[in-house]
Amino acid sequence: MRKDKKSNLITRLLAQREMSVFLIIVAAVIIVQIIQPKFLNPNNLRSIALSVSIDGLFSIGLCLALILGGIELSVGGVAAMTCVLTGYLTLSGVNIWLACIISFVAGLFIGLFNGFMVSKVGLPPFIVTLGMMNLSRGVAYILTEGSPLSLSGYLPDSFRFLATGSIGGVPMLFLIFIIVAVIAHVLLKKSNVCRNIFYVGSNENAAKLSAINVDKVKISVYITVALLSTLAGILSLGRFNVATPELSVGAETTAISAAVIGGTSFTGGVGSILGTFLGIVLLKVVNSALVMLNVSVYWQDFVQGAILVLAVTMDYVTHRKNGKPSVIQRLFCIRKG
Amino acid sequence: MNSKLLLEVKNVTKQFPGTKALDCVQLQVAKGEVHALCGENGAGKSTLMNIIGGLFLPTKGQLFFEGKEIKPKSPRDSQNIGIGFVHQELSLCTHLTAAENIYMGRLPHKGDLIDFKKLYEDADEVLARFGANFSSKAVVSDLTVSEQQLVEIAKSVSLNCKLLILDEPTSSLTDKETKKLFEVVRGLKKDNISVLFISHRMPEIFAICDKVSVFKDGRYVTCMNVADVTSDDIIRAMVGRELGCLYPPKSSNIDRKTEILRVENLSSNIFSNVSFRLYKGEILGFAGLVGAGRSEIMRALCGIDPVLSGDVWLNGEKQNFKNYRNAVDKGICYLTEDRKTQGLFLDMTIKSNMTSANLKAVSKGMWLQEKMEESLVETYVDQLSIKIAGIEYPISSLSGGNQQKCLLGRWLSIGPKIIIMDEPTRGIDVGAKSEIHNLLRKLAEEGVGVIIVSSELPEVIGVSDRVIVVHEGKLAGELTESTMITEENIMRLASGEKL
Repeated sequence: MRKDKKSNLITRLLAQREMSVFLIIVAAVIIVQIIQPKFLNPNNLRSIALSVSIDGLFSIGLCLALILGGIELSVGGVAAMTCVLTGYLTLSGVNIWLACIISFVAGLFIGLFNGFMVSKVGLPPFIVTLGMMNLSRGVAYILTEGSPLSLSGYLPDSFRFLATGSIGGVPMLFLIFIIVAVIAHVLLKKSNVCRNIFYVGSNENAAKLSAINVDKVKISVYITVALLSTLAGILSLGRFNVATPELSVGAETTAISAAVIGGTSFTGGVGSILGTFLGIVLLKVVNSALVMLNVSVYWQDFVQGAILVLAVTMDYVTHRKNGKPSVIQRLFCIRKG
Repeated sequence: MNSKLLLEVKNVTKQFPGTKALDCVQLQVAKGEVHALCGENGAGKSTLMNIIGGLFLPTKGQLFFEGKEIKPKSPRDSQNIGIGFVHQELSLCTHLTAAENIYMGRLPHKGDLIDFKKLYEDADEVLARFGANFSSKAVVSDLTVSEQQLVEIAKSVSLNCKLLILDEPTSSLTDKETKKLFEVVRGLKKDNISVLFISHRMPEIFAICDKVSVFKDGRYVTCMNVADVTSDDIIRAMVGRELGCLYPPKSSNIDRKTEILRVENLSSNIFSNVSFRLYKGEILGFAGLVGAGRSEIMRALCGIDPVLSGDVWLNGEKQNFKNYRNAVDKGICYLTEDRKTQGLFLDMTIKSNMTSANLKAVSKGMWLQEKMEESLVETYVDQLSIKIAGIEYPISSLSGGNQQKCLLGRWLSIGPKIIIMDEPTRGIDVGAKSEIHNLLRKLAEEGVGVIIVSSELPEVIGVSDRVIVVHEGKLAGELTESTMITEENIMRLASGEKL
C-alpha cells in the first residue's frame, strides 16, 4: 500500500522548498560570478557570512514566530536595547559578562511580556510586538540620549573575540550563528516540545483539543525569540565596539523575508530553520551581488521588497493548492443549515 | 393563483455538493399570517430561508411573491422585493447607533452632510411603533440582545418589508423578552406584514403562529392550521420516519454496579446542575437541540472549558481537572463535533495528526522517535482499517470518515477510559458511519466508557443504551427503557415539553 521512501528520493528533494531556494542561490552565485569574477573571493564571502550571522539570528526567531502562527516585529528593537544596555552597564563599571547576563534577563522578560500579552491577554501578536518594537528601541534611545556610546578600550579581548575573531578563517560570529541554527533546526525537527509549535500554528483550536498547553507554547516561543535577539544585540556590540540605538533598524522585515522565502508559511504550521537559513543567505548574496555589480545601494531595499512579495505570493498560491481555503473562499463561505 | 398568498415556494430543490439539502419542497405564506416552520436539525429550514433571503439560488423550482415570480440573487434583491431577514446571529454594526443601523446605506442627508436630526427622528418613530424604550441614539453594543433584535426588525420594517423572516429569534432571549417579541410580532401582523417564524419550541408556535409547515430530511411533510392540531401532531410530523437495522446490537451486559463516571451538579455559565452517571459497558447518548449545551457540558467535564461548580468522579475517584491535559492523563478524551476547525491539523501529515495528543508515547526523553511514531500510527491505521496511501500524506487528502477514524486513533493511543464523541458521524458516509458505530460498541464491550452527543435522532436511538436529553442548559430527562427511547419522546423533552 505505502509508497517507499527511498525510491523517489530525488523527486521528494526537488519538491522541498529548501532545495529550490538552494538552487536559486547557486544560480545567482554562478551568474554574478560570470559577470563579476571578483564576487567569489574570501573577503567578500567573509563579509556575506558576517551579515548573514546577525540577521540570521533574527530570521530564526521570526521563523519560530511564524510557524506558531504569530509574528514578532520587535527583534531589531530588542537587539538595540540589549546592545545599548550591555554597553551602558559596562561603561558604568559593571563586568561585561555580568552585563550580558543582565541583558539576557531583560530579553527574557521582554519575551515573557510579549508571550503573556499574546496568549493570556489575547492581543494580536502584530500589535503587541509593534508596540514592543518602539518600546525597546525607545529604551535604547533613552539610555544613550540618542548618540552611540563608544566602548573602545572597555571591552575585554575575550568578549570581542566572540564577535570579531575567527577560527581557521571562519568568523566566530558566523560559527556562533551556525551553532545556534543547527541546534534550532534539530530541536524543531526532532523534539516533542517543538512539535507543539507546529500544532499550535496549524490549528490552535485543534491543539487545545489535543490537550496541548497552547499558552505555554506561545510564551516559550516569544521568550526564545527575544533571547535570540538579545544574543544578536550583544554580538553586535562586540562586533562594532559601539552601542548604538540605531542598531538593526528594519531587521524584522529582512528576517520575515528570509523566513518566508525559506518556506515558512504566514498562516502558521509550516516552516524550517534550514529553509530560513537559505532564505537569509539568498537575501545577503543578492545584496552583495548588487554591491559588486555597482548597482546603487538604493536599489537594495527595492530588490529585497520584490523578493519578499514574490515569496509570499508563492506561499499563498502553493497553500491554496494544498487545500487551504483562499481568502475569496473564506469570504464567501456560507454555512448551510 | 390565490391573491391572498404573499409568498409561494413551488417545488424548490437545492443540491449541495454531495447532499440534497432540499428536495422539491413547497411553502405558502398568506398575507398578514404568522407562519411557523418546523423541523429537526438538518431538515432544510435554514437552506430554504437562505434561498428566500437571496443567499442561495435554488437548483430547481420557483418562488412567487405577490403572484409574481421572483429570483433573488442577493440579500439586497430580497430586500428590494420586500423580504426582511433577521438572522439568528444578528448582523449589526455594534459600534454605531441604533438609528445608523436602521438606516444603514440610506442615511438621510442635506447636500453631502448627514441629516442627523431627521435620522434620529425617523428612527425613533420606527422604534416607537414597536414600543421600544431606548433612544435611537443608543449605541448598539450597549443594548441587550432583544433590543438589538428589535433594531434589526425595525430596519427590515423601515425598508417596507412585507414578509419578515425570523430565524430562531427566541434562542437567546429571556422569557420576558420573548413575550415582548411576541407583542412586536402581533403588531406586525396587524400592519398586514407576514412573519415566517422558525422555531423548535412548541409553546411559541402555539402562542403566536397561525399555520405551521413541517420539514424533514429536506422534504416538505405537511402544513397545518395551528388551531386544529396539538403539539403531538407537530412532533410526530417532525420525526415520523423508519428506523433501519443500521446499528450494532445493544449491550446485553451493562454492569450497573460499576460507575465509570459520575457527574454531580456540574454548572457553568451555559448549563446548570448537570448530574449523571456512566456505567461500565454502556453507551450513553446525549440528545437535544443544537445550542442546548450538550457539547459545553462535555467540554467542561473534561477540563477544556471552565466550570463554576460541581464534581466529577472517575472510577470512584473524585477528580479536579485544572486543564484538559489532566483529564487526558486520567484517560478521558473528547472528540469534537467540528472536525475541520477544531479537530484536524489540515496541512499536516496523517502521522502528525494521529500523534498530536500523545507525543510522550513516541519520544525518548525530549526526542521524537520516528520509528516509534510510525509503528504507533500504523497500529491504529490497521486496527481501525483506515484507508490511506501513506502516513506521510496530508490528512486533508482523506475522506471525512477516514479523517474521523484518524482522530479516533489519536485518542485510542492514550488508552482511554472514557471516550466522549461529539457528533461522531457528522459529514460521514453511511458505510463509515456504521464502522464507527460498531467500533464504539466494541469499545464499550471492552469496558471503555462511551458517551456520544448527537443531533441525529436515529443515531442516538440506534447506538445508545441510555439517552439523556438536554434542554436549554439543563437535563430535561433520561430515557432508560429501550421502549421509551423514541424520537417522539426525545423531541418532546428537547423542545421543553414534559413526557
